[in-house]
Amino acid sequence: MKEFVCIICPKGCRLKIDDDLKVTGNLCPRGIAYARAEITNPVRTITSTVRVKNRQGKLLSIKTSTPAPKEKMFAIIEELNRLQVLAPIKIGNVVLRNILGLNVDIIATKNID
Amino acid sequence: MFDILIIGAGIVGSLLAREIKKYKLSVAVLDKESDVGNVTSMANSAIIHSGYDPLPGTLKAKMNVRGNEMFDELTKQLDVSFGRVGSLTVAIYNEQLPLLDELAARAKENGVKVELLTRAQVLKMEPNITKEVKGALLAPTAGIIDPFNLCVHAMENAVDNGTELFLNEEVIKIDDKGDYFEVKTSKNHVYKAKMVINAAGLYSDKIAELVAPIDWKITPRKGQYFVLDHYKSGLVRHVIFPLPSEKGKGILVTMTTSGNYLVGPSSELVEDREDFSCDLDTLKKIRESSIIMVPDIPFHQTIRCFAGLRASSSRHDFVIETPKGIPNFVNIGGIESPGFVSAPAIAEYVVDEFISKVFALEKNESFNPAVRKYINPKKMRFIDRHKLVKENPDYGEIICNCEKVTLGEVRDVLKRNCPPHTIKAMKKRVRVGFGKCQGTFCLPLVVKELAAFYNISPLEVLYDKEDSNILLEELKEEK
Amino acid sequence: MEVRDLIIIGGGSAGMAAAIQAHEDGIEDILLIEREQQLGGILNQCIHNGFGLTEFKEELTGPEYAERFAKQVTDLNIDVRLGATVLKITRNLEVTCSSKEDGFVVLKANAIVFATGCYERNAGAIQLPGYRPYGIITAGLAQKFLNIEGYLVGKRVVILGSGDIGLIMARRFTLEGAKVLAVVELMPYSNGLNRNIAQCLNDFEIPLYLSHTVSKVEGEGRVEKVTISAVDQKFQFIPGSEIVFECDTLLLSIGLVPNVNLLTDINCLIGPTKGAIVNEQMETMIPGIFTCGNCLHVHDLVDFVSLEGRAAGHGAALYLKRGQIASKHLFKVLAGSDITYVIPSRIDFGVDEDVTLKFRVLRPLKDCYVILKNKEKILKKVYRPVLTPSEMEILKVGKELISTLNSDLILEIEKKGTN
Repeated sequence: MKEFVCIICPKGCRLKIDDDLKVTGNLCPRGIAYARAEITNPVRTITSTVRVKNRQGKLLSIKTSTPAPKEKMFAIIEELNRLQVLAPIKIGNVVLRNILGLNVDIIATKNID
Repeated sequence: MFDILIIGAGIVGSLLAREIKKYKLSVAVLDKESDVGNVTSMANSAIIHSGYDPLPGTLKAKMNVRGNEMFDELTKQLDVSFGRVGSLTVAIYNEQLPLLDELAARAKENGVKVELLTRAQVLKMEPNITKEVKGALLAPTAGIIDPFNLCVHAMENAVDNGTELFLNEEVIKIDDKGDYFEVKTSKNHVYKAKMVINAAGLYSDKIAELVAPIDWKITPRKGQYFVLDHYKSGLVRHVIFPLPSEKGKGILVTMTTSGNYLVGPSSELVEDREDFSCDLDTLKKIRESSIIMVPDIPFHQTIRCFAGLRASSSRHDFVIETPKGIPNFVNIGGIESPGFVSAPAIAEYVVDEFISKVFALEKNESFNPAVRKYINPKKMRFIDRHKLVKENPDYGEIICNCEKVTLGEVRDVLKRNCPPHTIKAMKKRVRVGFGKCQGTFCLPLVVKELAAFYNISPLEVLYDKEDSNILLEELKEEK
Repeated sequence: MEVRDLIIIGGGSAGMAAAIQAHEDGIEDILLIEREQQLGGILNQCIHNGFGLTEFKEELTGPEYAERFAKQVTDLNIDVRLGATVLKITRNLEVTCSSKEDGFVVLKANAIVFATGCYERNAGAIQLPGYRPYGIITAGLAQKFLNIEGYLVGKRVVILGSGDIGLIMARRFTLEGAKVLAVVELMPYSNGLNRNIAQCLNDFEIPLYLSHTVSKVEGEGRVEKVTISAVDQKFQFIPGSEIVFECDTLLLSIGLVPNVNLLTDINCLIGPTKGAIVNEQMETMIPGIFTCGNCLHVHDLVDFVSLEGRAAGHGAALYLKRGQIASKHLFKVLAGSDITYVIPSRIDFGVDEDVTLKFRVLRPLKDCYVILKNKEKILKKVYRPVLTPSEMEILKVGKELISTLNSDLILEIEKKGTN
């Protein structure tokens, strides 16, 4: 039996999952999926910033298109530290496809003119 | 080779440098800090005392009274905020009333105008004073000052008139060569001067001993304070003192020239000359003492607590003298309260009593006693401010929202003599970061301005001391 | 003097929502004044996600949420003045404004929405004991330096305060290569969202010390050591419980305070949230001045800020359209047992609309009823399994109930089973 807090939404339900992957404590179905993933393949949405090569002093905020494997978090950040993007950029632009071959894209969350 | 070298750019050193430039003498000032007035001169009650308190006949009394009368002209020339608001020394218990009479008598001896007030008169003047007040001594010549800018503008004026200022220079050795001195600093720089004046504050005894043995020493005496935010309805209009004790003038409550309130200082001897820490017990005692005089002090408006160290001398009076047989070395030590108000008088005294004995004092005809006027948009009439912003849009951009400081003011001080090199130095001059948010909104902008002006990376901008970089690492820089 | 129908002070989430709503309600002449060079307020530096679940049914990052509103403001052609700071407002609704571009001017408004957000409590406010080396900074400032400018303000960090900003920064620092040694919380519980404890602390094995606080800060030019101590129920240090951390930064996440100087300068009445006292129209007690967002009370979710911004914009629009009228009723909404505050705390008009009451409880509670009553009877009773001070609650009161009010209301909590 494992216990943890769901991070899918701000409600933060306290979930319990047993060895048969049966989940209790969730107020919505997303909690079930989250709890199961935490046991089998924990994932996290990563948000960070990258430098904009042709706009001195401006940072672009980004997020992963889908949650990425938790164990790859620091590797992803390191890859992002090497990444430099070019303005103009619009929210939703994919600034890097398939980062580290994980089937996760990096999406711009800010407009940079 | 300088004519005169001053060690210490606090309020005494800065005003002295300026005073000496009224004559045809070359002056250099050394200070170990990154800015002038960076230690005791910036951590005090900012009061221009009237002078009834020091024991008659002491140097403190003499310098206090003479200094006080110089402040109107001085602050006008140096364009510094000064308010002769007057002070009230209050008696809370009936048995304190005779002490007020004693102070009045002392005032008379010192030549200071005071007035004894009844309870009714006190409450009319200051409705927020405790209803238990029995009477008070009004000293109308007491005032409040902007201590940071008095020191800065004094040095700015000194440099305008030819003084050379060397910051970040700590004196470690002084060689007496007879008719001149070689002053060595920790950076291995050597300064030569025919006369040296020691105005080194907390370390004045240490500097004195580099030249000759002395019979006095400095013991730091700490004073902790509360700084309260400015707020509409106001608390007190005068400086409110309790009756003095052997520990000092006691815990006062006062408005500052920026409209804030200061409550403090405490008075405790410490050993470490770098101990500027605050502790909860002492802060609690300050609260308890101060509310006896002014019950409704809004401590929830506290934006900051700080501690200053007084350079108390074992003589319990100012030390302004030359060592025996060395007329070209002057020690100025033990400048604790009433040090700030006395400073211009001390400068005058040192020139008259000591410098005149070493040099022929020839008047410097090109001495300009005034600094270039400062633009303070907050104090301008609407129409003038509107015009100012049209002519110089930098004065339209507000950098610090809490204290309403404009970009124009920030850029102006950078272009003057004795400019700020650090965030703390900028704070002292234009008040960015002194408000209720303590720099949270304005710090990034000020870092940018300093970096741009000095053509350095933002990573090199310091708060104050060498290892106090604001920013530790730049992320994702081009590899 | 330039006259504008509606001036909105602050172009963050509250101000933008107010502008959009007022426009929707038919107010054409709106001026939105913002001191930064872009709209969005604090959202621009909140690059993490968790915003918009209620408002947009999507999970967005701060800048994305802000852009949704900023785009609407632009699309509706609402007049925006950027890089402009309001220095003063008067009871006659004169607004003194200063900017590089437009100069130093006084404008006259027919109504004002005050949406200036909040600022962070800092060391002075809690009389942090010890020395004053450089390196004690607030979490929001560290966030701005990191997410907007791209600089780390510390490499070895102790965080005081387990509110969401501190937790978010714990993760942010760690991801960018700094070491977060501890998060220290005075209370026996954290007031951050559980999900943040999970994804910001647990994920990185950052220890959380509850019922602890900083007892000493040491360092000369820069912070070198931070000592924390356990506290008892009276928040006194427990001797012998000290833990010393060698670090270079003490990050403070110790609370937010509404930014209301311009209101207190004109003696606007302030309530227990440190923001203005308002009625159901979000009008302060100065006629024509409305307020919303973090400068009214500190919110945890920006979605509710937008809701409140719309309420204030709507209130201002009604005010502009019908003019100032005498209050129909004048009832208070009082905070009863276990309620810290309730907004609005006044019902002035009994208008033909629902009213949304927002409140916080005093302490964590389980298995309770939220009760709205007057001296005669219970008007509304809602079950809540969990209530916590760190999460603002909402209670909708229907217009039928509002129109029949005849006395002051009390909002209170009753434990289930107590009758």
